[in-house]
Amino acid sequence: MGTGYLALTEADREAMLKAIGVSSVEGLFADIPEQVRLRRELALPAPASEVEVERELTELAGRNVHTGRELSFLGAGVYDHYVPAIVDAVVSRPEFLTAYTPYQPELSQGVLQAIFEYQTVICELTGMEVANASGYDGATVAADACFMAAHATGRRKIVVAEAVNPQVRRVVKTYAPGFGLEVVEVPHAGGVTDPGCFRAEAEGAAAAIFQQPNFFGCLEPAPDLARAASEAGALAVAHVDPLSLGVLEAPGNYGCQIAVGEGQGAGNHLSFGGPHFGFLAAEKELIRRMPGRIAGETTDRRGRRGFVLTLQTREQHIRREKATSNITTNQSLCALAGLVYLSWLGPKGLRELGETCMGLSELVKRKLGLPPVFAAPSFKELAVRLGRPAEEVVREAKKRGVNPGYPLGRDYAGMEDVLLVAVTEKRSPADIERLAEVLGEVLA
Amino acid sequence: MSDWREEPLIFEKSKAGRCACSLPEYELPEAKVPAELARAEAPCLPELAEPDLARHFSALADRNFGVDSGFYPLGSCTMKYNPRLNERLAALPGFADLHPHQLPEDAQGALELCFLLQEALAEIAGLDAVSLQPAAGSQGELTGLMLVRAYFQDRGELETRRKVVVPDTAHGTNPASVTMAGFELQPVKTDARGNLDLEDLRRVVGPDTAALMLTNPSTLGLFEQGIVEVARIFHEVGALLYYDGANLNAVCGISRPGDMGFDIVHFNLHKTFSTPHGGGGPGAGPVAVRRALEPFLPAPAIVRSEDGSFALDDERPKSIGRVRGFLGPFGVFVKAYAFIRVYGPALREMSEAAVLNANYLLARLKDVYELRYDRVCMHEFVLSACKLKRENGISALDVAKRLMDYGIHPPTIYFPLVVPEALMVEPTETESIETLDAFVDAMRRIAAEAVEDPELLRAAPHDRPVERLDEVGAVKRAIVRYEFGERETG
Repeated sequence: MGTGYLALTEADREAMLKAIGVSSVEGLFADIPEQVRLRRELALPAPASEVEVERELTELAGRNVHTGRELSFLGAGVYDHYVPAIVDAVVSRPEFLTAYTPYQPELSQGVLQAIFEYQTVICELTGMEVANASGYDGATVAADACFMAAHATGRRKIVVAEAVNPQVRRVVKTYAPGFGLEVVEVPHAGGVTDPGCFRAEAEGAAAAIFQQPNFFGCLEPAPDLARAASEAGALAVAHVDPLSLGVLEAPGNYGCQIAVGEGQGAGNHLSFGGPHFGFLAAEKELIRRMPGRIAGETTDRRGRRGFVLTLQTREQHIRREKATSNITTNQSLCALAGLVYLSWLGPKGLRELGETCMGLSELVKRKLGLPPVFAAPSFKELAVRLGRPAEEVVREAKKRGVNPGYPLGRDYAGMEDVLLVAVTEKRSPADIERLAEVLGEVLA
Repeated sequence: MSDWREEPLIFEKSKAGRCACSLPEYELPEAKVPAELARAEAPCLPELAEPDLARHFSALADRNFGVDSGFYPLGSCTMKYNPRLNERLAALPGFADLHPHQLPEDAQGALELCFLLQEALAEIAGLDAVSLQPAAGSQGELTGLMLVRAYFQDRGELETRRKVVVPDTAHGTNPASVTMAGFELQPVKTDARGNLDLEDLRRVVGPDTAALMLTNPSTLGLFEQGIVEVARIFHEVGALLYYDGANLNAVCGISRPGDMGFDIVHFNLHKTFSTPHGGGGPGAGPVAVRRALEPFLPAPAIVRSEDGSFALDDERPKSIGRVRGFLGPFGVFVKAYAFIRVYGPALREMSEAAVLNANYLLARLKDVYELRYDRVCMHEFVLSACKLKRENGISALDVAKRLMDYGIHPPTIYFPLVVPEALMVEPTETESIETLDAFVDAMRRIAAEAVEDPELLRAAPHDRPVERLDEVGAVKRAIVRYEFGERETG
């Protein structure tokens, strides 16, 4: 049996049963009615040794085409940015890895200080005054923003730009009925959201959400959209790529009340979609409506600085059915990876990274020689029209070792021949040459 | 050991012009951000060289405590050992570097792992179908209640089925989830034996009842002895039973929620199946359901085709939708699946050891701390520091803080709410008798110290980087980020 994780010997068991005063372990389960006892073995594969489990899972892993096995230009919400070695080293420290939520601050100053630093970094990136300790992902934090806005405004309508990531929109719609929210989408016009339409729909809305850069990779007229939302009395919510914020203006600096986003690109591996983290930041006035944990600074009785979880009367373990959310476990370790990553980059690295992404995106535009679908400037993703079904082109390009991107027809009717090509600093100009070559062959 | 000195904030260690990163410098065409969209002022991110970055986070780790640091009997959280093998496996490039938009035919190994995990969870729950999508237990709960909602909406009964019954011992997430899912909370009492009060239950359950949310064993660590009758009461009025899987570690392979009568179950892979808690996440909260609820599960579903290959099915018209991005926290699935593979049917022995460890601690501590419900416990139990409070003015909080001086993480305190001065102890199956004995010794000594030297306890902990912190002051000041003074960035 492969249960080297258990420490009790036969002699230990006997001594323990004797101390308890029962004759067998079975006696400890006497409270369970016989008709709900499982009187057979669980139908699971027989126990396996560590060696065998590693062999089996390595075989499963080997059947996946990961980014090291093809030249990949996939993005669409999750990006193949470089994860520095220092990130993996820090999050492997067992004091972080194997700890629980820091409810006992004297034993958890490491995690609490890291959360405080993380909150500061998120505020700095987004230009906001307060941030929580993280949410599940970039989609659920958008739903969180909707509830905050509904509570703050007393309104029930949520406006979402159609150019927001389809998964984010779908999660918002899934959460909406429980809160009695109605979700309205604003169509894009030429790949970006028209501030006039946004303004019209935002009338009477609690929140108006747009994404910068949007799902098509285009730069939205973000300040105009924020202004449009505010004029209509809705909270302006920006869904932002954290790695764009070295070159793109921070949402807090152009009038947004809430900023959210997917943190994956900051130090988290692709991992087939998770675990990653979502970030949520807002104006100070909204802090008591924020869901999730927040770390705050305080002092001990000797006056030394320390950190605690604070403003907990918002949370489920205190407020129960009146809480701002049911969230408890969040994505602490993933957010820690984000903090280490952003500290590794620093302001200079963040800016350089953004410039590199934009330059690579421009190079894609020039080298592919395919008509860009939209005129708006792009950040690290470019939508190109292939003149053939994108799904077919992807499969043919993959035979040549290149995964050229994400077919937008999966989410947008009428875009069946449109491919969304993503670049990060891990793709070199030579890689883009290769992409151009392969697409040229496939489309010839 | 910890470094007792204060570790400055990373921003206080920053110096303009320093940078840890190295990025490729390509020859690229210029691409300018339109002026009205360009960042005017750089964010104040930390500026350190990599060696100082490493030391900073190392110092923070030194000031933290995990399962690998020592005994962590935190009730309701199942802080068991996290096997290192699982970390290695989740980091395999075929998993860690796999893009979630990869075509299904090029992600067959990952999809098969998800499918196998679903099958194993269905068997452990005694139910028919599983969705892995929810990101944590609380999201699993919410997903479960969304399923309840969709089920009754489909039957045209949502207007009348307004109430969800939740016992007074429940985790705070339960009532919070009820509100988020748009239902009304109907509390129900606990009887003198620590079971659901069946009379109270019969009184409140009726045609307006949508569901029961129950943790079994309960947060008191007690198995719900009347569970068969409880299930009958709800099913008789057409309501559903939801099982909060937080305490599943007590009953794997011994009793299955589906066999108890539950229709929906959420799992906490980070509790029962050993995936590390990471200082507060990531978790994973898969949901298992009876066949009748399967059409409502989150989409897409992972399905096995006739040729044995795996595909994603997003054509599910009755689905509640999507509760997070992609298929869920996949990296957590790898770890949980590896854990289940190691045990197989011996998961039963895991649960037996967890229950044995808990009962051993209970037997050795109940003469010094009070036990409100004197029964055999399951994987955890709740003691009370009432007597110390009454006679010596020592609270559960003082006991908890003093335990830190003995190198032990405190149990959960002041929960469940029905036990005053509660100390909720969950040792898990992975602890040795020596560790358990050391805990007993510490708890007994603390009870003696409460009489001999109560000040010692009130001032505890004595041995940590900080003493007790001013939590009220933290709320009042609400300093939740570092304020940069005149620091310039490079």
